[in-house]
Amino acid sequence: MSSWAEMNGQVAAAEVFVLCALCVILVIDVFLTERSRWLTYVLSLATLAGAAYMTVRHGVQTRVTAFDGMYVADPMGDVLKLFSYGTVAVTFLYSREYLQRRGLFKGEYFILGLVALLGVMVMVSAGSLLTVYLGVELLSLSLYAMVAFDRESGIAAESAMKYFVLGAISSGTLLYGFSIVYGVTGTLQLDELAVNVREVGAANLALIFGLAFIIVGIAFKFGAVPFHMWVPDVYHGAPTPVTLFIGSAPKIASFVLAIRVLAEGLDAMVASWQEMLIALAVLSMLLGNVVAIAQTNIKRMLAYSTISHVGFILLGILAGTNEGYRASMYYTLAYVITTVGSFGMILLLSRAGFEADRLEDFKGLNRRSPWFAAIMMMLMFSTAGVPPFIGFWAKLAVIGAVLDVGLAWLAAVAVLLSVVAAFYYLRVVKLMYFDEPTDSHAIEAGGTLRAVLSANGVAVLALGVFPSVLIDLCARVLP
Amino acid sequence: MQDWPILSVLIWLPIFGGVVMLALGERNVALGRWIALLTTAVTFGVSTLLWANFDSSTALMQFGEEHSWIPSLSSAYALGVDGISMPLILLTTFITPLVVIASWTVIEKKPAQYYAAFLILEGLMIGVFAALDALLFYVLWEAMLIPMFIIIGIWGGPRRVYATIKFFLYTFLGSVLMLVSLIYLYQQTCNAGQCSYLIADFYDVPLDLNVQIMIFIAFLAAFAVKVPMWPVHTWLPDAHVEAPTGGSVILAAIMLKMGGYGFLRFSLPITPDAAGTLDWLVISLSLIAVVYIGFVALVQQDMKKLIAYSSIAHMGFVTLGSFLTFELMSVNGDVRGAAMGIEGAMVQMISHGLISGALFFCVGVLYDRMHSREINAYGGVVNTMPIFAAFAVLFALANSGLPATSGFVGEFLVIIASFRADFWYAFLAGLTLILGAAYTLWMVKRVIFGAVANDNVAALTDLNAREFVVLGVLALAVLALGLWPAPLLEVMHKTVENLVQTITTPKL
Repeated sequence: MSSWAEMNGQVAAAEVFVLCALCVILVIDVFLTERSRWLTYVLSLATLAGAAYMTVRHGVQTRVTAFDGMYVADPMGDVLKLFSYGTVAVTFLYSREYLQRRGLFKGEYFILGLVALLGVMVMVSAGSLLTVYLGVELLSLSLYAMVAFDRESGIAAESAMKYFVLGAISSGTLLYGFSIVYGVTGTLQLDELAVNVREVGAANLALIFGLAFIIVGIAFKFGAVPFHMWVPDVYHGAPTPVTLFIGSAPKIASFVLAIRVLAEGLDAMVASWQEMLIALAVLSMLLGNVVAIAQTNIKRMLAYSTISHVGFILLGILAGTNEGYRASMYYTLAYVITTVGSFGMILLLSRAGFEADRLEDFKGLNRRSPWFAAIMMMLMFSTAGVPPFIGFWAKLAVIGAVLDVGLAWLAAVAVLLSVVAAFYYLRVVKLMYFDEPTDSHAIEAGGTLRAVLSANGVAVLALGVFPSVLIDLCARVLP
Repeated sequence: MQDWPILSVLIWLPIFGGVVMLALGERNVALGRWIALLTTAVTFGVSTLLWANFDSSTALMQFGEEHSWIPSLSSAYALGVDGISMPLILLTTFITPLVVIASWTVIEKKPAQYYAAFLILEGLMIGVFAALDALLFYVLWEAMLIPMFIIIGIWGGPRRVYATIKFFLYTFLGSVLMLVSLIYLYQQTCNAGQCSYLIADFYDVPLDLNVQIMIFIAFLAAFAVKVPMWPVHTWLPDAHVEAPTGGSVILAAIMLKMGGYGFLRFSLPITPDAAGTLDWLVISLSLIAVVYIGFVALVQQDMKKLIAYSSIAHMGFVTLGSFLTFELMSVNGDVRGAAMGIEGAMVQMISHGLISGALFFCVGVLYDRMHSREINAYGGVVNTMPIFAAFAVLFALANSGLPATSGFVGEFLVIIASFRADFWYAFLAGLTLILGAAYTLWMVKRVIFGAVANDNVAALTDLNAREFVVLGVLALAVLALGLWPAPLLEVMHKTVENLVQTITTPKL
């Protein structure tokens, strides 16, 4: 038996902390009454803060492995984890009032959220295919439960079922791909895999066969076309706080899944997966953007918009260069920051008996609240990739990455499809600014939600005007 | 020379003013108006220092500022002006306060947001003309669409939503391909060893002809939409008709000029060989704009639409003048002719900015009183509004290129230059003197002259002091530029000569 220190276990301090904390919260929550449920909420936020402290405290400057290579800590992982804590914390902050109003303010939401976060963390730090799979399942299973979390809602149950069945199939596909790769190369460890693939030869048919399954699994977790079917239904059917959750940290996980498996483990096969990802990316951008136009529900619209953004994230990855991964990482972070705000806006406008998830619910928002209309406008223009907001720099980065590897046509396709996308984001701005309000209720949301959402909106602008803050961060961790 | 960042002040002062107005909200509209006026007036005052301290004996960038902005992309916050951008900045700062004055009492819905949008827009537009870094240019170029989108959409006419979305998508579609080109050029500078987004560094990037043609077409898409050139002009009549008066004025007077500016700053110097190869395309499109759109303008029933089409026709001279260079230089090395074409284009831009702005103000004056833009709704306005009629006739004559007005100078220079290139160019371009006069004066005849058409016209009141100031200032500018264009030409002369030199040096 090797000791904790020999296994270099301290680099996993944050994971251990989150796991312990969540067990403690689970136990405490059992004994809480409805009135003291806030304690769970506070403890969950404290856990996130503690995890952030642990991650910073045990932050690494270079790649460090632990547990015989099963676990990897690197600067990219640290940054992604910190971002995940942040988005999960913001998600909790945004969700509290909505959950309280709906009688959903239960410990399960926060506990499942923390388990999902743990899954994200495990994926971020995965050093072997097994760890990857462990993280994927930890995340997915919590998400399935979260979607079904409002048991009164038939539509939520339906989408949870759909999510679960399709998700299970995709996990199986991913595992099947892993097993083939393991069979051919004889290793699960990602760094050894990279070496062994070169020995076997990247053109090995069995490897490519396995790779195809892995890509299908990754595409499903991302929600890339043609494996996107679950996205609109789940986004639409799940309670808005859960949609918000699914739209944020899990996207970071999907990104890191692709990076760890494709860019680190199977980097020698870049020629093979590049072609597959090109197809996925183009289809996602095309279908996501075109179908989003037809939506009347903003959650569904944002679901299709997510699909198209996944296409853009894939653009960076498929470049197969460090610049591309960096661009992709930047895009993912920018996307998460913006999306969290957009869903937060739906939560802001919702009130008892009113979901505010139809597009028309945004009508005349400028009359009701010029400040939040301006924030939503910034979020929408940012998602559309219009400067000076953060979304523009994300788009710039991935297009630059694609151009750099000589795929000029792909860059042109991407920017032209982003014009299609502009239309439905503009429509939201149109509803808020050019139409008269149909809803005269004052916005009920409390101070926390308002403050965090305002900060979120301002961040979208500030990181757009001073983009080098986040660009340099990505550059530092992915040199 | 200045030891303080005059260009940054010009960009950020109005934006800051706009943010203050937004923060102030609709609580104190009267104060808001004065803030807006003060901000734009001070901005204009500061911008005159540009003119006063401008050194017209050099083609170098002046009033330069450079700060690191995005080091990892080698993109800098780099500003500067030369003889091409300085007059355009002045035009911007000159027109915007007039817009503020003209909409003093007219805007009832959310006036604070209205002024804020114009102030922010002004800052962004100045930034577009002053940016020396391509990425900074692009950011401002696109960001500018947002306030304009809002202006047309909130304060526009009945079909404003259609018009403003069309406006946004058209221009956005045009510019995204330019973005791809800019990134490509940036990567070429990296391949050459020194990554840079500076526009001036793009001039030195060696590019083979096929690549140049692709980049040229991408630039053409961006700038042709903005100018706008036939056949991508269709957003303009819609946007103009639906926009509030101030929006139309800014659109016609300044935003269209960015297309012309883009040709001079990007297309010609970065892809000179492609521009030389494809100059026939641009020249044909320009001549179609001048002649065909002239005929289209003739049949318009809506005054704003007529002026919008007239803008397209006049902007045809800008693109024509800019692209005559190659033919002039290749035929007989006519540097003077080439410079004349580009200077004509520049004068035409400034002059059209003043005249079309003034004409939109005139329509606005009528519209505020009668709430109709239909030519048929009017007739005999001179009887009730003699002072207004005098201004309207002056601007109409300027629009048709009457000597002693600024409209004459630009068109004349371009026609002379095109004469040196090819008789038929000059012939077709010269048709504008007939067409322009026909559509403008015919409108004036129907609206202004004749007997009082109906009771509404009979009840019109003449210009108030505010409107008089706006139109009077513009009239002075139009006449001054028409009678004595020398200072303007002198300012740009060195820059234009240098530009001709750059674009006729093959890159291949």
